[in-house]
Amino acid sequence: MNKLLFFCALSFCSLAFAQEPTQHGPLPGEAPAPNAQPLVQVKWETLDTLLHHQDSDTTYIINFWATWCRPCVAELPHFEEVQANFAHQKVRVLLVSMDFAKDIEDRVVPFIERHNIKSTVWLLNETDANRWIERVDSTWSGALPATLILNPARGRRSFYEKPLDYETLARELSYFTDY
Amino acid sequence: MNTDNAKRRITLWMVLAFLTSLGAVAVALSLPAQLRTRPDAGLAPAGYQVGEAVANFRLKNVNGSMVSLSDYSSKKGVMVVFTCNHCPFAKAYEDRIIALHAKFASQGYPVLAVNPSDPTDYEDDTFEKMKERASSKGYPYPYLADDAQTVAQAFGATRTPHVFVLKNSGGRFVVQYIGTIDDNPQDPAGVTKRYVDDAVTNLLANKPVVTTTTKAIGCAIKWKDI
Repeated sequence: MNKLLFFCALSFCSLAFAQEPTQHGPLPGEAPAPNAQPLVQVKWETLDTLLHHQDSDTTYIINFWATWCRPCVAELPHFEEVQANFAHQKVRVLLVSMDFAKDIEDRVVPFIERHNIKSTVWLLNETDANRWIERVDSTWSGALPATLILNPARGRRSFYEKPLDYETLARELSYFTDY
Repeated sequence: MNTDNAKRRITLWMVLAFLTSLGAVAVALSLPAQLRTRPDAGLAPAGYQVGEAVANFRLKNVNGSMVSLSDYSSKKGVMVVFTCNHCPFAKAYEDRIIALHAKFASQGYPVLAVNPSDPTDYEDDTFEKMKERASSKGYPYPYLADDAQTVAQAFGATRTPHVFVLKNSGGRFVVQYIGTIDDNPQDPAGVTKRYVDDAVTNLLANKPVVTTTTKAIGCAIKWKDI
């Protein structure tokens, strides 16, 4: 019984988190949501819902990064720039941190504040990455940085296991938003 | 006679239509493949697969000597671990790599650590820093500098740490496992699946490896510009 209750609570939490990006997506004319929390801790099920179990016509740029990953940190400004420049379209940047949960207070939150990160940040607090890496993309080896561009309604996705610059991001994004 | 001719003509047209549709399908199938193989896509080579024999290699150890895979021809196998100084995941696994060597070296499966990180990108990965690290942690295994990245490329290593368990089959080192050490980089006490340990344990018992490949988060090996 306890297990059942726990499972129900877990499902409810996942649903609540999973709906967050679509509800607060920067739709035309919509003001950006206030950044109340610098980051949200999520489990795989939340990300899985976003990736595989919804059908919004929003193009998500999902970047897997970590504060300790130098090429990741170097490319973050490009993602921030994309989020700002495409805010009038249904484009949503989501930064999924692979930092350890124990480093949230001392490392990740200060990093987000110091760099004034505006994009939504999730911290995927999961072990056993082998269980979910292939569910993000079958070609991903697990190396960082990695980026998935996804539009569920149009059934389109692109995956990059390499750093991206602004020009590449904007060009790739145009394939999702213009056609 | 006329009907026979007509039948033959229809058959001919059907064959033509079929061939045309085959062609169309072939073109349709080849299109996404072309899109996928953009010149900037996919930096890492494919590398060795489970079941393949690996080529010998020879690299410089932190003690200054040269170490070859063929030096291990009297062993049952080798755990080749691509790791480095700078990567937090590699650091998180350092003690566990030492523990794997401590457990299995005496049984014929020592660790051979290889650093594929480009020291011009990461100053923590210079040969001097490698020497310091190996000495301060008392690495009981060689720590080889793959500064030309040829070994990592041949293996198809993409990140650190990245483990390849090799079994010595009559002088040929055959890949038995590729992947991560266990399922919890953050907390050694929270580990539930010991992938490398399980693989080597099975090999020592002459049993097949159950989980032969795994994936894990790690630091990308940044390839040198060619």
